[in-house]
Order: sequence, then C-alpha cells, then structure tokens
Amino acid sequence: MTTGRADIAARVGEILRDHADAEGPLLPVLHDIQAAFGHIPPDALPMLAEALNISRAEVHGVVSFYHDFREHPPGRHVLKLCRAEACQAMGADALADRARARLGVDWHGTTGDGAVTLEPVFCLGLCACGPAAMVDGRLVGRLDAPGLEALLDGVAA
Amino acid sequence: MRVFVPRDAAARSLGADDVAAAVAAEAARRGLDLTLVRNGSRGMVWLEPLLEVETPAGRMAFGPMTAAEVPALFDADSGAHPKALGLTEALPWMARQTRLTFARVGVTDPLSLDDYRAHGGLAGLARAREIGPEAVVAEVSVSGLRGRGGAGFPTGIKWQTVAAAAGERKYIVCNADEGDSGTFADRMLMEGDPFCLIEGMAIAGLAVGAGKGFVYIRSEYPDAIAVMQAAVQIAREDGLLGPAFDIEIRVGAGAYVCGEETSLLNSLEGKRGVVRAKPPLPALEGFMGRPTVVNNVISLATVPVILAKGAGFYRDFGLGRSRGTIPLQIAGNVRFGGLFEAAFGLTLAEIVDDIAGGTATGRPVKAVQVGGPLGAYFPRALFDTPFGYEDYAAKDGLIGHAGIVVFDDTADMLRQARFAMEFCAIESCGKCTPCRIGAVRGVETIDRIARGDAAAIPLLTDLCATMKAGSLCALGGFTPYPVMSALTHFPDDFAPLKEAAA
Repeated sequence: MTTGRADIAARVGEILRDHADAEGPLLPVLHDIQAAFGHIPPDALPMLAEALNISRAEVHGVVSFYHDFREHPPGRHVLKLCRAEACQAMGADALADRARARLGVDWHGTTGDGAVTLEPVFCLGLCACGPAAMVDGRLVGRLDAPGLEALLDGVAA
Repeated sequence: MRVFVPRDAAARSLGADDVAAAVAAEAARRGLDLTLVRNGSRGMVWLEPLLEVETPAGRMAFGPMTAAEVPALFDADSGAHPKALGLTEALPWMARQTRLTFARVGVTDPLSLDDYRAHGGLAGLARAREIGPEAVVAEVSVSGLRGRGGAGFPTGIKWQTVAAAAGERKYIVCNADEGDSGTFADRMLMEGDPFCLIEGMAIAGLAVGAGKGFVYIRSEYPDAIAVMQAAVQIAREDGLLGPAFDIEIRVGAGAYVCGEETSLLNSLEGKRGVVRAKPPLPALEGFMGRPTVVNNVISLATVPVILAKGAGFYRDFGLGRSRGTIPLQIAGNVRFGGLFEAAFGLTLAEIVDDIAGGTATGRPVKAVQVGGPLGAYFPRALFDTPFGYEDYAAKDGLIGHAGIVVFDDTADMLRQARFAMEFCAIESCGKCTPCRIGAVRGVETIDRIARGDAAAIPLLTDLCATMKAGSLCALGGFTPYPVMSALTHFPDDFAPLKEAAA
C-alpha cells in the first residue's frame, strides 16, 4: 500500500503544527514523519522547506546526513546488530557475517521478500552484555549463534 | 513486601521484563500484597536480571534470574534459592565502590520524586538557591569537577564564562549523545535516576542565568528517552520545572559526531550535525548563537552531590588534577562487566584483573581500549597507569568517558586499527579534509599493510600525524589514538605477510 500525496500533506501538516513552538524543530519533525510513514517520503521535503523557511537542499542535506532517516521504507522487520568494539570483543563480527549470509543481504539491505532490513548500529549501550542487537525496537543482549538463528526465524515472516 | 526488578535497558535485554511479569503473576497466584519496583540497575551487568527483595536486614539480591526461578523465591527459605547472593550492599562489587553520582541508581524508583527526596535528592538545589549563583559557580570550580564527556574541561570555568556572558537568553544543553562503545554511564543514570540529571541542570540554570535546558539523547537509547520524558513531565507537575527553568528532551538521529558539542548544537538547531570552528566558544555563542553551557550527563548529574555535600567533600577524592569519582564502565570481553564508580587513581591492572576478573572467555587479556572508539589500545605493559586525565595523556591515551573495553588474545590489532579508520570514515561529518579524506585513505593504507606492504607503515604514521594535528574536532583528531597505539604496542599484528606456512 502506498501513501497518497494528500495523506502525506495532511499528516506532515499536523506534525509541523505540533512543533510550531519549538526552537530548531527539524529533527523532531523528521522523527515524527518517519514514525508515521516508516521513512521520509520525498513529497514531504518541499513542505518542510516551505514551513521552516529553508531551502529544499537544506532539508535534503539534513535527511541524508543522519543515519536514522530512511529515504525508502524498510522491511517489515528491522534487525540492528551492534558493530562497535565492545561487541566485537565478544564475537559480533562472526554473528554479523552469519546474519548477512543467511539473509543474503549486506548492511542496509532488505531481503527480497521484504521481510527484514539489516542495519549496523554503533553501540546500544549494552557493552557489558554484548554482542547486542535490536529487533523492531526490542533490545537483546548476550547474543550468540543459536540466539541469532532464533531471532532470524522470528523475523522471517 | 517490596521486590525490585530493574527497568534498565541492559537488564531488559537479558529478560528483566519476563522476570517482572513472573513476579507479578506469582504474587497474584499466592494472594500476596507485593509492590514491584522497576528500579535502575545496580551496575552488576553479569548478574542481570538482578532481582532484590526488601527484608528487615536489607535488600537481598538474586541473580541472574529467569522467570522460571521466580516462584521458588516465595517459598519459606528464599535464602536457599539457587540464585541467592545475600545482601546487595555487601556484595564485593558494591562494597568497594564510592558511589556519589550513582548513589541512588538501582536503589530508588527512578520515577518517584518522593523516593528521590527521601534519598537526599534536591538537597543540592536547595543549597544552590540558598547560596546564590556566584557561590554555586565557585563551589563547582573548587570541587575540581571536569567534563566527564571526555574532554575534561573544568566545569566551573565553563559555567563562569556563561554566567559572565551578556545575553538575555541562555541555555543549558545536556550532551546525552553517549556514542562511545564501552560506555553506558549516561544511559544508566538517565534510566535509573533521571531527577538527578534534572536537578543538576536546574542548578546549572540557576548558576548561569539560563531559563531553558535541552537533553540531547541519542536515538539508540529508547529506554533512556522514555524515562527522561516521563521524569520531566513529573517534575513539571511538581513545580520543580516550570517557567523559571524548563527542560526539553531531544532525540538524536544516529550520528556519532553529534556527541561533539558544536555538532550537537547544530543538530539541536535542526541542521546537519557538522562541527563548528571554535572560537566562538559555545559558552558565548552556542545554541541559536546564545550563551550556552554544554555539559555531559555525568558532569551535570554530579553537581547535586557537590552542592549538597560541599566542594571540599568531592575534591578530597581522586588524584592529581583528576578530582572526585569516575563511573568506570567495564565492558567487552570481561567476566564481571558493568558500572563501577570509584575515586580516580585505580590502575588499569586493578580494574581489569581484579574488578573485572579478567576475560569472559578465560583467555589472557591482550589489549584494553580505554575511552571509546577514539581511545588508545593499552597493552599489559601499561597496566600500571593510574586512572586520571593527565596520566592517560602521558601514555598517549585518553580516559574519554571512562569506557574500558577488554579484548582477549584472539584480537587482531591490525583489524582493530582498520575498524577505527572505517568508523571515522562512516561517521565523519565531512567538514574538514584530514578527517573526511584521511579516514578513507587510512583504511586503504592499513589494507596495504595487511597485504604485506611494509612501505605503507610510515605512510600510516604520517597520515595519523596529519589527522591528529589538522582535524577540526576529536573525531578525526583522536582516531590516530587507537590506530597508532595498535601499531606501536602490537607491531607483530602489523608484520608484513603473517605467513602461516613460512
């Protein structure tokens, strides 16, 4: 299902109004837009530029600068694996290799059936119980190979 | 009867929610009148989920708990429970600490202002109101508190600069963009004692004449964001926050460089998180060009205890110019990982061998990265280094935000050096050339070394010197620390052609 331009305009308008009094509202606005649509629809950019009195290039610059903001919808599930040092020390690299092999995608890729998007994350603050992962917002500590397989089974649908 | 099961993200990642649900279900089944408190973590992550039961003798600890082990807790002799650990406060990890900043974390209900007050909360703010702004700044200066985010700049001087700056609108910005791997003190503090941070920010606002505060929390910390948002709401309803000083929670968007203060300010203003040249200092031209205090979570959360107990009390802990306590975050491949707050001065050997109990894998320790992804890798030969800002600088390292990541002897230090460059390339804001281009060239140069090209080693050294001297901020400027320390202390891993068949 795609979201129509009119729906986007209506929802983005509401979000902009929610943040009308904020100082420097662009990031909170973008977070809300992504929460509403799963990504930042290209049609939203001119509206933001107009409302915030900045150029479309500036809005695009902000959206593309931050790793969090997606220009396309993700898969039905998002699996984030920590790639940072503390998790590396506990074998995160091997888990990442395993996940990429089983899913058949590299970092930022989405499986062909649209089930899973695999994303790297640099630290979830679970450094004393690594390797760490986040599945659809749920944190998982002390991940091992069987645990990863179970996670992947869970998001296969 | 009160039972505590942490709501801390680390505990939850290890099943605390299931344990909490099992406690509630079992209490209902037995018809017990039980209060379940979702506290912060005590910091003993290897024991999480750590459940505590309040008894007349004190709080008894059980861990690491599973939901299946919950029912046995309610049987006659819970002391015989297989996961019984005895009194929490008597556990060696707890008994050895000096908990000043983290005094309440894991003890109280994070979202109960009554609990906060009952455990000494708001005493610092009350004294600050009593002694007035100038005396507050003086107190913070005398305490010797330095920026706990990593830079170690004296907090009192920063506050003094903002207090003296002209301007009707000033801001307090709390840097909660704790992106360094191996660090989680900010997260634990926000999830476990959010009012402490709010109090610290209110004191800062009073000291410098700021009416508005922001907490910029990284998006990778959804639990901390939720707790802080709830705490701010509670503080408003209580009147602790209001027209005189209010706080807004802002969420980052996955850019590591936004932990750098000027990049954070740009991000807060809704711009790309590129670094600003200094001067002007944020203290004079910060958020929206106005005078702004930018302090780390731990710096701000330490202010209440300094005000409550006095600058002298705090300053009496520590060594040299590193005064007070530091929440060490012991992480990576360790037997006992977690948060350990102690006075400055512990040696790395004490931290790694003694407190952390060596590696989780049981293999020998090869290297310890102190201070996050921009910190140096220390070999065992440097384990006598005492924990302090100047002491680490003297060994070409840094304490950063006090994250300590332990690696066993399977670590390949060339690979770690390559990762440091790769990380810098991914996270560079792109403003300055040494960082933007240097990091990419760094990866390529290390790949040449890995292929056996010894001529690339001096090239790497030269590149690191350029990045260190020429980068605009610590991202490009400090990436040489992990790279050069790996090269200097573990030359065997960089030896040309590590041939197995030779």
